[in-house]
Amino acid sequence: MTTLTTAARGRLDRTDGSSSRRSGRRRTLPAAVLLLVALVAVSVASVLLGSRWIPVGTVFDTSSELHGIAAARLDRTLLGLAVGAALGLVGALMQGLTRNPLADPGILGVNAGASFAMVLALSAFGVSDLHGYLWFAFAGAAIAMVLVHAVAALGRDGATPMKIAIAGAALTAAVTSWTSGVLITDRQTMEAFRYWQVGTIGGRGEVLLTGLPFLVVGLVLGLACARSLNALALGEDLARGLGRRVALDRVVIGVAVVLLAGGATALAGPVAFVGLIVPHAVRAVVGPDYRRVLPLSLGYGAVLVVAADVVGRLVLPPSEVQVGIMTAVIGAPFFIALVRRGRMGAL
Amino acid sequence: MSAVLSEGPDVDSGARPVAPVTTTSRPQAAADAIAAVRRARRSPRRRTRLVVAGLSVALVLVFAARTMLGDFTITLPDFFRILGGTEIPGATYILMESKAPRAVLGVLVGLAFGIGGAIFQSSLRNPLASPDIIGVSIGASAAAVFAIVTLDQRGVAVAVAAVVGALGTSALVRWQAGSVGGNRLVLIGVGLSAAMLSVIQYLFTRADEWDAQVVLHWLTGSLNRVDWPTIRVLSALLLVLLPVLVLLARSTRVTELGEDTAAGLGVGPRRSDALLVVAVLLVALGVAAAGPVAFVSFLAGPIARALNGGRTTLLGAGLVGAVIVVGADHLAAYLVPDVNYPVGVVTGAFGAPFLLWLLATGRTSRRS
Repeated sequence: MTTLTTAARGRLDRTDGSSSRRSGRRRTLPAAVLLLVALVAVSVASVLLGSRWIPVGTVFDTSSELHGIAAARLDRTLLGLAVGAALGLVGALMQGLTRNPLADPGILGVNAGASFAMVLALSAFGVSDLHGYLWFAFAGAAIAMVLVHAVAALGRDGATPMKIAIAGAALTAAVTSWTSGVLITDRQTMEAFRYWQVGTIGGRGEVLLTGLPFLVVGLVLGLACARSLNALALGEDLARGLGRRVALDRVVIGVAVVLLAGGATALAGPVAFVGLIVPHAVRAVVGPDYRRVLPLSLGYGAVLVVAADVVGRLVLPPSEVQVGIMTAVIGAPFFIALVRRGRMGAL
Repeated sequence: MSAVLSEGPDVDSGARPVAPVTTTSRPQAAADAIAAVRRARRSPRRRTRLVVAGLSVALVLVFAARTMLGDFTITLPDFFRILGGTEIPGATYILMESKAPRAVLGVLVGLAFGIGGAIFQSSLRNPLASPDIIGVSIGASAAAVFAIVTLDQRGVAVAVAAVVGALGTSALVRWQAGSVGGNRLVLIGVGLSAAMLSVIQYLFTRADEWDAQVVLHWLTGSLNRVDWPTIRVLSALLLVLLPVLVLLARSTRVTELGEDTAAGLGVGPRRSDALLVVAVLLVALGVAAAGPVAFVSFLAGPIARALNGGRTTLLGAGLVGAVIVVGADHLAAYLVPDVNYPVGVVTGAFGAPFLLWLLATGRTSRRS
């Protein structure tokens, strides 16, 4: 009896956790300061480092022959920041929405859905400008997300994290086959998609302006969802009891997810695992309150993508490893550790 | 071979006396009971034989369709005349250099994937734990691509690399999943596959002159680039594996009962591990020859089980795999005119929805 009560009290301490809540709040300021420092550091590194090092002066000196390189790197840095911010935030949103610790647009097939829709747009409908196929990316992301959750929810025991993850993998496999099927008949699209398919932010600076408005809308919408996510984390019934309109909240979060995941995929290709790693790391430091998790995930997502891009440029010179590959190589061990820890219902 | 592979061990064969329980009072009822038990034991065996025979016929038909039909039809007499050595301009070349090798390789690869997958699914007692889902095939593929692109190897060295990759991946998955099988093992495999996939994609972005066909060969599997030497090497290696497989496969139906029960019946965990190693080798050889043909090893086992009334049959699974690969290759070659799809695109496009359906109907939990 005594052991039981101590155990129960221990659990209470951990969940209610006045002490942990306070420590989470106390750690928020250092985390935010560190974020700013990290953002500046990776951005500077991204502009200056690469297969060829550029002195700081050339960035502002338009007459220098290295200025072109600096400008190109500035472009990809900005693109990396935007894509990373979107992916970091979308991971946190999806984990909160589905209460599934394994949620990530790459794992749950959202990226794959977006890329298949884009390949269709390019190949079958002859849409060639980014503005046109962005809409296809959004549609593909939305359909994939709904489909994966519907399939996982159909079975006897409902949408468990395991089933959602496996359904996402299955959808990714199917859609990848269909994408290959379309690409193989169409050499031109194949060439255009060869690097994009891997997930890259190099040499795509010009697309940023087209995609940016959608990302900004998604980011604002996502950040505004902190309160509803906090309520949803208590379970649907409690959230309703707190006066939330749960269905509406879910739709709003879903729209933000589609805008962010679809937009990021359209800009940089399917980059997986960023949305998985970042929110977990942030949550480990500042606690589960989404008012802190969302903005910090956004920021550290940007840091991770730009940092992965810089490392990818340096790791095997003179060529570069695409950012999607870097994040997969870092992310897979993280994913496995998460599965091994086995606290699947922790959210 | 068929008898051993299809029926597995007769755990309790020889009609052990069920009778004593009831004989004392009602001898007639006991005799009836014995007869009923005998019948019950015999009928699944008869069913297995029927299933294997039916699948063999199906395989012959699909093989015939693959070799004789399509955009260039070869008549049956011509087919045998060519095999006999007669030169028929055009037809001989098309049959012997394109259609026949693809069909033969399809059969071999399908058998290897089907049997390998069924061993995985039955030993790990989870229909999702097939080598193409838990990353074994894609690990073999990544190692093979590494050997080709980075080490500039061809031929047998690639097969060796594939075997090493498959063994390494399965050891890694097994080690990370710990003793718990089930869905944790599947999820770890899924995560590992994602990493391996991006390794393959990276290696291909480095190699400039490679075309879509080659990339897809190693990503989803394809029979398009087959030649007779590959087939010779593959069939020789498969022949070496066969006796080991027959010897070990006798225990599959016991290991399916769970580790503890199997140990109680005298089949230690080491034996089922050895069987799994053989399965990994089968899959790795298949991957080395045709790439990781998507979802074949995942599909073959459950289909064969369903046909066989819920009992595992390795030979049946192999035949189903062969029928799937050869049939899908026929579709891949002739479905869209002028486009020669890799077979993996077809099996992936149809196999993945099947996996989703399995998930939706909740049939992925442990079998009772």
